[in-house]
Amino acid sequence: MEETLTGATGQWVLLAYRIPRQPSTLRITIWRKLDRLGVARLGDGLVALPADARTREQIDWIAEEIGEMGGSSTVWLAAAGSAAQEKAIAAEMRTARAAEYRAVLEQAEAAARGRPGERSRAVKRLQAELRRIGRRDHFPPAEREAAQRAVRALADTGSGADTDAREVAR
Amino acid sequence: MRWATRAGVHIDRAACAWLIRRHLDPEPEFVFVDDPAAVPADATPFDMRGAELSHHGGDCSFETILRRYELDDPVLWKLAEIVHEADIDDERFDAPEAPGVDVILRGLSMICDDARVLEITGPVFDGLYEFHRRALLLGREPA
Repeated sequence: MEETLTGATGQWVLLAYRIPRQPSTLRITIWRKLDRLGVARLGDGLVALPADARTREQIDWIAEEIGEMGGSSTVWLAAAGSAAQEKAIAAEMRTARAAEYRAVLEQAEAAARGRPGERSRAVKRLQAELRRIGRRDHFPPAEREAAQRAVRALADTGSGADTDAREVAR
Repeated sequence: MRWATRAGVHIDRAACAWLIRRHLDPEPEFVFVDDPAAVPADATPFDMRGAELSHHGGDCSFETILRRYELDDPVLWKLAEIVHEADIDDERFDAPEAPGVDVILRGLSMICDDARVLEITGPVFDGLYEFHRRALLLGREPA
């Protein structure tokens, strides 16, 4: 079984790619897909993710898509030349996620002051946003816990007794 | 016939294998390889880089097979939305089943080998198909 813990030091998967300048929509499509994965941008046309079965597959499919749109790419497995470099890259990724979690936290707090209908819509939206961030969160920052707690609290204010029971059980 | 795919199957490959067995080849033999170069000459590769039956233009392999073999059953296309979201997760479709199916498949891949994953997921896809077939006929969720 091939699972590794993301965040453990070690292997990274790198994608070096070139995409035709025009049409720019293709570049943007790939850019967005890489953003969703939470890649570290190491340079022009060079991105990295901690390697595991999932990230390797995701990068492979993007590489394939770049080829189909007339670009070129290579996929590499690599290790940082020093632990300090790896830590710096991980810290950058953590900071980017922290900002996203903070935005969720602020929106949850704002929604808590809103009307019940708005509140429950906000819960759905923020839960989905948390899932999205979680999937690209390779080095979880402290802000994650706070954002999750805020969204949970927002969900709990809207519902009745069985949520209270669950709260007690927790 | 022989069919080859990457070892360590997840949702897209498991769903493709089910689709192949149900609609293309009643007695398929599946080969799981670690390296694309290891695909036997007489096997049709799927869900592997460079294969025809693979991800293309934003589609997952399950969708590619449906297109390639002109399987236009709307229930299969409904399952395709679930597989697409569980695999690619780009929010192109609204498929609330997807995160659950994804987690189940990832969990199974931790406790069984690939042949066993296909064995277990066969009835799961049969059930998903039947549920959505009835839903489509009724125009609402079946009981």
